[in-house]
Amino acid sequence: MTDGDRRVLITGISGPVATALASRLEADERVSYVGGVDLVEPSQPLGRTEFIRADLRSPLVAKVIESTRIDTLVHLGITTTPGQAGGRVRMKELNVIGTMQLLAAAQRAPRLRRVTVRSTTAVYGSSPQNPSLITEDLPLGAPPRSGYARDATEIESYTRALQRRRPDLTITVLRLANTVGPSVETPLTLYFGLPVVPTVLGFDPRVQLLSEADAVGAIERATLEPRPGIYNIAGAGVVYLSQAIRMAGKPSAPIPKPMMPWLAGVLRRAGWVDFTADQLGFLVHGRVGDTTRMRERFGYHPKASTREALEAFLAERNFEPVLDPAMLEALERRLYRALVRHGPREAREVRT
Amino acid sequence: MSERSAAGGEVIPLDLTRRRPRRAPGSSRSAPAGGAATGRPRCGAVTADGRACRNYSGPSGRCAVHAAATSAGDQQRRIAEAARPDLPPLKEWEDAVAGVLSFLRRRLTGAYPVDLYGFDRELTEQVIAPLARPLYQRYWRVRTVGVEHIPDDGGVLLVANHSGTLPFDAVMTKLAVYDEHPQRRHLRELAADLALRTPVIGPLSRKTGNALAHDDDAIRLLSAGEAVGVWPEGYKGLGKHYRDRYKLQRFGRGGFVEVALRTGAPIVPVAIVGAEEIYPIVANVRPLARLLGLPYFPMTWQFPLLGPAGLLPLPSKWVIEFGEPISTASYPPDAADDPMTVLELSDRVRDTIQQMLYRTLLGRRSVFF
Repeated sequence: MTDGDRRVLITGISGPVATALASRLEADERVSYVGGVDLVEPSQPLGRTEFIRADLRSPLVAKVIESTRIDTLVHLGITTTPGQAGGRVRMKELNVIGTMQLLAAAQRAPRLRRVTVRSTTAVYGSSPQNPSLITEDLPLGAPPRSGYARDATEIESYTRALQRRRPDLTITVLRLANTVGPSVETPLTLYFGLPVVPTVLGFDPRVQLLSEADAVGAIERATLEPRPGIYNIAGAGVVYLSQAIRMAGKPSAPIPKPMMPWLAGVLRRAGWVDFTADQLGFLVHGRVGDTTRMRERFGYHPKASTREALEAFLAERNFEPVLDPAMLEALERRLYRALVRHGPREAREVRT
Repeated sequence: MSERSAAGGEVIPLDLTRRRPRRAPGSSRSAPAGGAATGRPRCGAVTADGRACRNYSGPSGRCAVHAAATSAGDQQRRIAEAARPDLPPLKEWEDAVAGVLSFLRRRLTGAYPVDLYGFDRELTEQVIAPLARPLYQRYWRVRTVGVEHIPDDGGVLLVANHSGTLPFDAVMTKLAVYDEHPQRRHLRELAADLALRTPVIGPLSRKTGNALAHDDDAIRLLSAGEAVGVWPEGYKGLGKHYRDRYKLQRFGRGGFVEVALRTGAPIVPVAIVGAEEIYPIVANVRPLARLLGLPYFPMTWQFPLLGPAGLLPLPSKWVIEFGEPISTASYPPDAADDPMTVLELSDRVRDTIQQMLYRTLLGRRSVFF
């Protein structure tokens, strides 16, 4: 594998982050070939990226890896919500069995040198017993019981197994924080689109975000630079959920915690937001990853902080704020004038 | 006032913790202290309300408050204050209105910063501290001693005794450091996960700058140069029987010492007197505690006997004493991995706090005054 002759295969190419990554790699002269695997064609047209329709769960994947003669595998074909996959059972199939097949094929590929796997900070779960800033070394205790987080935990364990069997591979696992941006759709992005945002009564989690562009940037870095290991990837700083909702100008509806699963069911059936149990936990205790290792060892500095990522996302989506900041500022000026005019009598006497 | 000595114990000088008037933040008003029967000389200064100062004088012929108050800058400020008319000037009113309105707008639009641990400085300083201050100044009349032992900057670990059924002692210590320390430092306290998982209390405790009692959090905060507060007794101290008051419980497993050794942060022992009496526990209803998943379910003098009114803490008089810092910088770098060093240092801190407690208790006139 020499620079100028990098051959990269991206799974889950129809996802917005994967498509953006493909177009960045296309523009990079070090990369001679970009292939993209998925079940459905990407909505965005690809450049010189070759689209290969294949199911990760089938042994066909091994043939793809062999015939494209790739040296770098970027595994982004991970579904985050049951809605996208068509049910939780199928989602688990696609994520876990797909990864198992893919990595089994990778183990047999002699030309393969590098593997990048996308994971999520959700593998840490949401617990008040987690340290305030979670480092990559925190032993993953009881795996999250459901949903995407559980799939990600299993995907990481297959990745560790691959590393054991092929110590010559440079494997990078990126635990991305909740990603927001113009095109990604996650339960969190849909959540901010709700007319009234449900929160858990008496709780206010810290939220750490990553802008879509920075997610692409981090995966690109992992693809092109040899940076083995596990890294939390997130924008600087945190915001409180209440703060984020106020920035969006939305009214929030605090719901007692025992009623949240019921509400999540209603929202799911209405087709608005697909919240799984682990994401409800996130609304209670949140999670914040420590990004020291990302900055110092991985050498990546996201351009957007958590707050900037959220602001950009809210501006891009044109969510209609109920509490318009401009209106509030006008109100503030009017109140100020009125209060100063009708202020304490003594104050006016001093003025006259 | 006669000095009582501990039954069969040594006589501990009381002057360290007594006769030191509490200073309210930003003012130099003196609080009357001490009795009338002793023959020590009094301070020669006159207080702000025109009466002779009743504090004992130091070597300068003035008490601790007025010795400082004679500095030139302070005098100028006093003259300016005296010359100011009683009516609030217009500018002040305008500024106040503008301040409140912009505060409200910032809160409503989310335009305020929080740090990685969720510390919301603005909320803490503008809302929470003013709410807790009446408890501090009027209800428990907290007096602090030795606040100058907390360094002005850099990481420092404050280790205190825990008591009072509900952790009001942590809230008051936080306010004491913020209000009385010249640098107005914010104490970052390490809370149990039970506090963080409790509705309302959990987020509030994060917003006021607290973190989880976990080595990672403690080391990171100390390395960042924060003042960190820790109550190593945990629930054993908080929920102990009233008959065990002011008897320090086991100091965990000395994790706090390890953290201090790793970061080289000095340890400031803190003795809190008064918090034991706010909810005197007479019984622990274990089955109920187990049912509710709590470390203890207290029956106190007032609860549940008086119903909801029993939730009101008793207005004991508090003294928070900050002891001399114990340096950890002289230990070798691998000292944190040596259990003997850790346990010895832990015991030393514990003994220091116990001594400070006994000393303050001896000088106490009554629980409530």
